[in-house]
Amino acid sequence: MTTEEITNILSGKKVAIAGCGGLGSNCAVSLCRVGIGTLVIADFDVVSESNLNRQYYFQDQVGQKKVLALTENIRRINPGVRVIAHDTMLTADNIPLLFADCDVIVEAFDQAGQKEILIETVLGQMPGRPLVAGLGMAGWGMNNSIRYQKTDNLHICGDGVSEISPDMPPLAPRVCMVANMQANTVLEILLEKYTSSRKDCESNHD
Amino acid sequence: MKITLNNNPEEISAENITVSALLKLKNFTFKMLIVKINGTLVKKTEYDTATIIDGDDVMVLHLISGG
Repeated sequence: MTTEEITNILSGKKVAIAGCGGLGSNCAVSLCRVGIGTLVIADFDVVSESNLNRQYYFQDQVGQKKVLALTENIRRINPGVRVIAHDTMLTADNIPLLFADCDVIVEAFDQAGQKEILIETVLGQMPGRPLVAGLGMAGWGMNNSIRYQKTDNLHICGDGVSEISPDMPPLAPRVCMVANMQANTVLEILLEKYTSSRKDCESNHD
Repeated sequence: MKITLNNNPEEISAENITVSALLKLKNFTFKMLIVKINGTLVKKTEYDTATIIDGDDVMVLHLISGG
């Protein structure tokens, strides 16, 4: 497919990003660059100095609401993308409402407890909806540990084991690797039915 | 019985087993978990009652912080 054909398809798609930290902000920026029609972003936090080692924000945005700062950054890169920003904490009650008509949902939280709420809610209350989660990206190096796994409609990007700790902080390179692997997975899901020959090829290996 | 656990074949010396017992048996000590049996989510409140039988495909996902 040509860039134009891809952009035409993606301009009609809507993708939800749950969390606008390291995974969410970087994933959103990649998806806005390729021209996803609508991005639904949700986060309750504000940009802090310590976020700038990995999150797609700027020094002059410290103190701003993350969803507002990210909306502005997306607009500066690709004003054609429609952004629906929710400055709220996601819960089992509001996730099905806020993300109701999204083609794909990206799990981009940092806390395991929040990841659990989102994954449980989507798998339990929104069956069949593609969900792309990021699991395990703390530290540095270990390029080949980062991988992709799929079970049904749950897609998992990351090494699956590296939990953050004082000695193992989240840093831009590996966080961005996983964030972009998530964005790449979103594209694969959205473009799947338009690339039937490739799909046939890959399904032989399942 | 034979089950599939996280895409690997697993032999369990019982005719069936609850999710709680399997987690204990396999030493899954993480607090944050997602469990699916044959693609269907098992809620935390169902761990003591949901039963795994021969041939089931079980997924146990550890949720770890970072992002």
